[in-house]
Amino acid sequence: MKATLQRRAVVSSLLKDRGKLLVVAGLGSTAWDITAAGDSPRNFPLWGAMGQAAMMGLGLAMAQPRRRVLVITGDGEMLMGLGSLATIGVQQPANLTVVVIDNERYGETGMQATHTASGVDLAAAAKACGFRNAKVVSKKMSLRKIVHQTPGPNFLQVKVVAEKLPLVLPPLDGAHLTARFRRALLADVLAKKR
Amino acid sequence: MPAEGWPGQVHRALARAGVRLVGYVPDAGLKRLIELCRADRRMRAVPLSTEEEGIGLAAGAWLGGARSALLMQSSGVGNTINVLGMLKTCRLPLAILVTMRGEAGEFNTWQAPMGEATPTVFEAMGVRVRRARRAGEVAPLFAAALASPRATAVLVSQKVLGIKSFQEQRNQ
Repeated sequence: MKATLQRRAVVSSLLKDRGKLLVVAGLGSTAWDITAAGDSPRNFPLWGAMGQAAMMGLGLAMAQPRRRVLVITGDGEMLMGLGSLATIGVQQPANLTVVVIDNERYGETGMQATHTASGVDLAAAAKACGFRNAKVVSKKMSLRKIVHQTPGPNFLQVKVVAEKLPLVLPPLDGAHLTARFRRALLADVLAKKR
Repeated sequence: MPAEGWPGQVHRALARAGVRLVGYVPDAGLKRLIELCRADRRMRAVPLSTEEEGIGLAAGAWLGGARSALLMQSSGVGNTINVLGMLKTCRLPLAILVTMRGEAGEFNTWQAPMGEATPTVFEAMGVRVRRARRAGEVAPLFAAALASPRATAVLVSQKVLGIKSFQEQRNQ
């Protein structure tokens, strides 16, 4: 089946009226996607550490169990950290959702096919690892409830068109990204206590 | 040294530092410490499928305002190399406790190359290395690592752990 969904539209709809949602994006296209939807101090776009986006989401979700955490990453990045699905399955973080924007390509290195192009089913792997909800999304539908409310861990593999889009780059400085994220989160936590 | 030994002392250092997440890949030398962390309700011990997951876990926890620590054996250090770079670029603090393999007396020669390369690998990636050659040195060095703003690995010598034979491992 040929994909029809467009990645930037999917990511913008995921982040629309996001409130205090905490977001980690895998390196490459998904980091550009979340930035195209509007840079935020509650975004942590990765520029490296390939394979670790889902684990960063787990660490964040365990540190902040009352906040919703969303990981948005690519199929190539997820494939490099497949074991993390099992590690997340063991911990069962109810506040974590992992969304894989699956264009079946390594978008930053010349659009080479990833394993998902040959039919590797990441959602089935997530399900087998103990994610409470895991599915492949190929048609336009609202994913808002899953991201903001449904007890997780949740996993969505969203099939999208393989397209090269203009780069929309987030800040590059890792220490800055870390500090601004922690400052925004700390302010949220203090505001809630007041 | 008090009767509880270094695992009990390290566990108390973790609790005192307010560590809430402890990522680990098991090693025979870490058995007791892992048991103590798993039994402590103040912290969550998180088993990892590979050591590099621990760097991601720690980075996410730090973003969320939680202090974490990692436990692994020296063979696992090689699995973390690329993602260790994140500790440097994002200036993340992290205390890593590494039980050594491949030192003098090691029966399994396959463990030697990574054991020998462990300090070099950490230093090349910007992680500070401290070596505990006696049991009494482990907990003080690890407490200092937990208090440091810099990523620090404490390497526990095989002399502290004792050299395991296959027979002893079978009987464990």
